[in-house]
Amino acid sequence: MPETAAPPSLDTFPRLLGHHALVRGGKTAMREKYLGIWQTWSWREVAERVGDLACGLAELGFRRGDNLAIVGDNRPRLYMAMAAAQSLGGVPVPLYQDAVADEMKFVLQDAGIRFALVEDQEQVDKLLEIKGELPALEHIVYDDSRGMRHYTQPFLHDIEELLGVGRVRQKDHPDFLASEIAVGRHDDVSVMLYTSGTTGRPKGVCLTHDAFISAARGGVAFDRLSADEEILSYLPMAWVGDHLFSFAQALVAGFAINCPESGETVMTDLREIGPTYYFAPPRVFENLLTQVTIRMEDAGRLKQRLYQYFMGVARRCGADILDGKPVSGSDRFLYALGSLLVIGPLKNVLGMSRIRIAYTAGAAIGPDLFRFYRSIGINLKQLYGQTETCAYVCLQPDGEIKLDSVGKPAPGVEVKIAENGEILVKGPMLLKEYYQRPDATAEAINAEGYFLTGDAGFFDDDGHLKIIDRAKDVGRLANGAMFAPNYIENKLKFFPYIKEAVAFGHQREMVCAFINIDIGAVGNWAERRGIAYSGFADLAAKVEVYQLIQGCVEEVNAQLVAEGMLADSQIHRFLVLHKELDPDDDELTRTRKVRRGFIAQKYAVLIDALYAGRSTQYIETQVRFEDGRTGKVAAEVQIRDAKTFPALRQTA
Amino acid sequence: MSGRTSGDVILDLQNISLRFGGVKALTDISFNVREHEIRAIIGPNGAGKSSMLNVINGVYHPQEGRIVFHGEERRKMEPHKAAAQGIARTFQNIALFKGMSVLDNIMTGRITKMHASFLEQAIHFGRARREELEHRQKVEEVIDFLEIQHIRKTPVGRLPYGLQKRVELARALAAEPTMLLLDEPMAGMNVEEKQDMCRFILDVNDQFGTTIVLIEHDMGVVMDISDRVVVLDYGKKIGDGTPDEVRSNPEVISAYLGVSH
Repeated sequence: MPETAAPPSLDTFPRLLGHHALVRGGKTAMREKYLGIWQTWSWREVAERVGDLACGLAELGFRRGDNLAIVGDNRPRLYMAMAAAQSLGGVPVPLYQDAVADEMKFVLQDAGIRFALVEDQEQVDKLLEIKGELPALEHIVYDDSRGMRHYTQPFLHDIEELLGVGRVRQKDHPDFLASEIAVGRHDDVSVMLYTSGTTGRPKGVCLTHDAFISAARGGVAFDRLSADEEILSYLPMAWVGDHLFSFAQALVAGFAINCPESGETVMTDLREIGPTYYFAPPRVFENLLTQVTIRMEDAGRLKQRLYQYFMGVARRCGADILDGKPVSGSDRFLYALGSLLVIGPLKNVLGMSRIRIAYTAGAAIGPDLFRFYRSIGINLKQLYGQTETCAYVCLQPDGEIKLDSVGKPAPGVEVKIAENGEILVKGPMLLKEYYQRPDATAEAINAEGYFLTGDAGFFDDDGHLKIIDRAKDVGRLANGAMFAPNYIENKLKFFPYIKEAVAFGHQREMVCAFINIDIGAVGNWAERRGIAYSGFADLAAKVEVYQLIQGCVEEVNAQLVAEGMLADSQIHRFLVLHKELDPDDDELTRTRKVRRGFIAQKYAVLIDALYAGRSTQYIETQVRFEDGRTGKVAAEVQIRDAKTFPALRQTA
Repeated sequence: MSGRTSGDVILDLQNISLRFGGVKALTDISFNVREHEIRAIIGPNGAGKSSMLNVINGVYHPQEGRIVFHGEERRKMEPHKAAAQGIARTFQNIALFKGMSVLDNIMTGRITKMHASFLEQAIHFGRARREELEHRQKVEEVIDFLEIQHIRKTPVGRLPYGLQKRVELARALAAEPTMLLLDEPMAGMNVEEKQDMCRFILDVNDQFGTTIVLIEHDMGVVMDISDRVVVLDYGKKIGDGTPDEVRSNPEVISAYLGVSH
């Protein structure tokens, strides 16, 4: 793979960091908003701090081959800690920061963590809660000292203290760090990312410097990313996408990452930074559009008319203009006018004025949603990949965007379709192994060195890859027709009123669905109609809401019929769930994917009621609050029949 | 409550009586507040709790009694003097400027610390500019402390009740008080908001060493976070002591907690 291989002097992340400190030492590498002001670190400052941090860790006893757990929101010093661990030949292991202590325990035990670097008191408390079951854990370093005054345990360290110790060691042993970095090899493991556990227990995916650097180099070349890009780093550090964009690509291309002030300020921070390169899961794009739609509905009539007119123009020609396709002069003029009056200001409000390239992945994106962003001139593209492939398998090339495909194989990646429809990939970005799980590694990588993605898909005539569903999720209805639950659920979720959906139908005579309403969109809809409600459960049970959802379901049925092949998958019966599906209740994964099996088990009574033809069903479910306590919610859930359409059996 | 120690008496109220015409709001009440402690005042509706706070910061002037604050004895406090001496408070009914942003509202808490003249402030020059930066820094620290960064620029009127309460606390904290009077800081909040507020009150007390006098209805909260509790009923003091002492005081049980349930 000549175009993705790195020269030896730049073949590990610590070496790349040293390179940027030399070549563009004064240029901004990281920003973080603190006390209302964006604080800046240059590449030189980052390299210095990483050095101090590494030496501080070494002083604590961190050695080559050790794993460093990193838990917290996106903070510059947590990113620095990753590079610090790598400098010493250790492996950073980022964990999902919103996981409860119990969930963390497994990963911390599995990775044999001796050292943890965490954000704040909240995370320290979690670790202290389970420390008794973590005999290996020796030291905990915290980034934010607030509230830590009375913690007297000798194994707790303020990061400032660590940096100070490191600085002294740097002075006493000036060659130590350089020699440690020189020992590092390109085929060392650079990071360990745990799979989200959609299927069973999380596994530690070991990815080498080689893997991530080639994935990053491939992406940087593919989209011509320069050292001048700005990116907002706000997605969990434990997620492969963030590691690729905010760590690997930033270090390969030398661009700046920006950490938001807090989880709630992301929208404001996005607007202030105006990133040029942006990544978000479909959910975020969806939320943004929902907010725009809600606000437009509350706007004055003139504004609404202007918005609707120019969005119409944008829908007609915006995407073509973006792709450089021929567009008539009058449309060009109208689009330019629209940009001035509506689209430009809208992009500015969204914080997207400067975006050159935006990516989405992780779940299917609705066609309307995708078209909306492209029509207002945002070069939104899809990519396909998983933790095991550094999120780097397929990318959509500029100008060749298809709504229902994930693009062509990325540079250096080989993709092939197995006989059962499963997608197999091979390339330098593949995982080295699952941590201490040779059995799982052997299952995931076949004899020819292909990684089995577990997704079912096919190539279209232009060589674009289309994903249908998880290979194991694709089921059959009782009559033998294909049943792809994700496909149906995604269609449902494309309605702003529907937040989550779970479809059932494998080995059944018909398809039924659970619907989770979007409290924001439906709440606003209800308010405008003067429908009073007291909370989520009450709103979900309203007759009017059922009618609204019924309309959505029936529209999906109409679409499914139109697609011929899936006419049998029409939704015959549905219900609106009385509580929100929540990762805290194990109903969704931390990346918010539906855990179908678990839900089927937990709500078995509701499924039985759907198929037994009952019109209401009483259910009691346990919920877990944020502080870990549990409670119960009970409801009488109504079940409705949806209109289905006769299948148009087409010839051909 | 590791490591928290209460110091000397800094506020001593002696034989305070307050009347509005013929209505006796407070009758011969004495209690004291020690440095760094969290002191709760509880009692049924109309027991005189808010009146007591208003006496402490000088909104009401008692007809009888003495107030000793930091060793200085006086008949009554005056609000501006109380503020200048480091007493800040929040109100039972939120008293914020609804049309102003959160940031500006908190900025008003710095008013006693502003020295630049009206003219300097008007043209934003010299001392005014320097001061503004200093005050903004302090205000931002409070915003960070109370975790309200996301609403910095939002007009207060648009915020939900629980957040408005937090903004009010922020404004009081911006004055860098040595004593903080909180009038029902958790009224009308849900469980989660109450927990947050408790945490902030304990953090303030712990981190800045601020003495806190609070009125609260939620007995669970009071018993959890207070060092000492005063119980009022019909303007009279019927109990005073640690939460445990108060809880087992029979007079308190019959007057306030009612029959055990």
